[in-house]
Amino acid sequence: MTAHTIIETHDITKIYGMGDAEVAALRGVSVQIRSGEFVAIMGPSGSGKSTLMHILGCLSQPTAGEYILDGEDISHLDVAQLASVRNRKIGFIFQSYNLLARTSALRNVTLPLLYNHDRPLSMQEGDEKGRLLLERVGLGERTHHQPHELSGGQQQRVAIARALVNDPVMVIADEPTGNLDSRSGQEIMNILHELHEQGVTIVMVTHDPAIAKHTQRTIHLIDGLVAEVIQNGRHHEQEQTEAAHETV
Amino acid sequence: MKPSEALRIAIEAILKNKVRSFLTMLGIIIGVAAVIIMIAISAGTEATISDQITSLGSNLVFVQSTMMRGGPGQAASSGLVYDDAAAIQDGVDGVKSVVVEQQSSENVKVGDTLLEDVDILGTTIGFPSVRDMELAEGRYFTEQENQDKKKVAILGSTVATELFGTQSPIGQYITVGNTKLAVIGVFKEKGTVGNTDFDSRVYLPIKVVFQKFTFNPFARFMGDSIRMIYVEVDPQADQAQVITQVQLLLAKRHDVTMDSLDFTLTTQQDIISTQESTTSAFRSLLAWVAGVSLIVGGIGIMNIMLVSVTERTREIGIRQSVGATPADIQMQFLTEALVLSIVGGLLGMLVGVGGAYLFGALSDMRTVIQPASILLAFGSAAVVGAFFGYYPASRAAQLDPIEALRYE
Repeated sequence: MTAHTIIETHDITKIYGMGDAEVAALRGVSVQIRSGEFVAIMGPSGSGKSTLMHILGCLSQPTAGEYILDGEDISHLDVAQLASVRNRKIGFIFQSYNLLARTSALRNVTLPLLYNHDRPLSMQEGDEKGRLLLERVGLGERTHHQPHELSGGQQQRVAIARALVNDPVMVIADEPTGNLDSRSGQEIMNILHELHEQGVTIVMVTHDPAIAKHTQRTIHLIDGLVAEVIQNGRHHEQEQTEAAHETV
Repeated sequence: MKPSEALRIAIEAILKNKVRSFLTMLGIIIGVAAVIIMIAISAGTEATISDQITSLGSNLVFVQSTMMRGGPGQAASSGLVYDDAAAIQDGVDGVKSVVVEQQSSENVKVGDTLLEDVDILGTTIGFPSVRDMELAEGRYFTEQENQDKKKVAILGSTVATELFGTQSPIGQYITVGNTKLAVIGVFKEKGTVGNTDFDSRVYLPIKVVFQKFTFNPFARFMGDSIRMIYVEVDPQADQAQVITQVQLLLAKRHDVTMDSLDFTLTTQQDIISTQESTTSAFRSLLAWVAGVSLIVGGIGIMNIMLVSVTERTREIGIRQSVGATPADIQMQFLTEALVLSIVGGLLGMLVGVGGAYLFGALSDMRTVIQPASILLAFGSAAVVGAFFGYYPASRAAQLDPIEALRYE
């Protein structure tokens, strides 16, 4: 498997505020993530890891620097184009699940299909795909349950199914186990591992070193800069070494 | 996002908040219903008036004084006099009958019952026929009684009830001003035509009115002033020609030129047109008032939509994170506002049509439901929804996804 580069950033900076109130959240971050990798981004609060996640997830634009996602330079896209990139190429898993309330698991999973303008599936095809994904995360029996009828772990699994529905090039998980007890957290990590083994690229933001260890490598951010990149040595030793060489 | 999906999402969102959605729609429901009911009432009023006027017969010409004759020292001619009527009857071709009217206002007394400022109408024998009045009991006065200035009176139905209750007034005496009159007849209920309540008047031979209530010491030289002459045109005659003859005759008698006539001639048609123009002004005023309530309803929608956008910030953030563009979000909220106002408009139509019908059935006012008003009200509701939904929808579309996702 010749893994191509999914994420490539060059000297990304992000500055909030103006004039004297300027705060630099990112001060020149260059990272590279290859297809099929499972990467953690760690750092204390204020290190810029959330900002980096937002930029990698196309929720905001860097102030300066270049970001190439799946071969597409997205640094100059407008708001609508960014939304389209998020829809087609990125799946999000949030700490607080972010499911639509009073909406069935299936409708939550198929939500991104609504906004997929390129290859609209019919309602039936979309529902079929949603059902398959819910089965894949072990919720085949709960397609019509609403979020409040599901446990936290189950809600997070719905969110994972939603993240996958448009076949994204990468999944971004923001503290996916942060709100869960350890057993549910472990279940979620197991699903992420399965996805990883099936070739899904995963970028996970966490502050928990124990969780970060599940990944192939950890990018540590401090004060808006990459402080170090640690190989976690659990999977694919070969690829990690290569990746480390290419990463600042 | 396909429009069908936008519609589905909008309907789901509305159903998730039934009470609030209904309260939001209430403004539109009331607005649309108000437009329909108001227009139905004014159209009903208009129809009633034109029916009443038409029921007088379309071949009546009303000749009215533009000024009342006073004492000496005034211009040689100033208004209609009693003898003009006879002159018209004798001198104009195509006249079927002529009726004269003079009015006064007096206190009317029977025993301890006193009615103040009752309209006293002095008239001639043709009056019941031209004004389509029927007697409930008793009889009308005769030409002889008029000539002899007999002190007799016919009562309008309201006056009769107020003075005598359920008793028959026939043969009883009433005191009008200082004059005692015998009641010989009572008219059937007629109602109000224009501004005149026909049931609240006392009808007298006109010569009694001249003698007792509108006495003019110079009448021997100038004639007795009258308010109005009804000229009933022969159906076979050319009405326009009769009008011209009357004008020429009276101009000569009054010694005025055709440019400075001291009287006006009005046909049935003129009265109908005047009534139509006043009631249509009334109608558009009502429509405007109702329209304002529609706008208020629209502001209600905007208000609730703005609250809804704030309350659903998180939902908007979630949708944005999975790829909803600003246009998608805008469409979602605009569709919701439109669905609210269109459903509100439909309900308002039902309430309005039902309300207009009930109002017509339960009150003594007539209502005529105008199909155009239904379309107008419903169309405005949709426009109001689009207009007042646009701003909240734009606000929603412009939310920053990161901020929206953080919103608790």
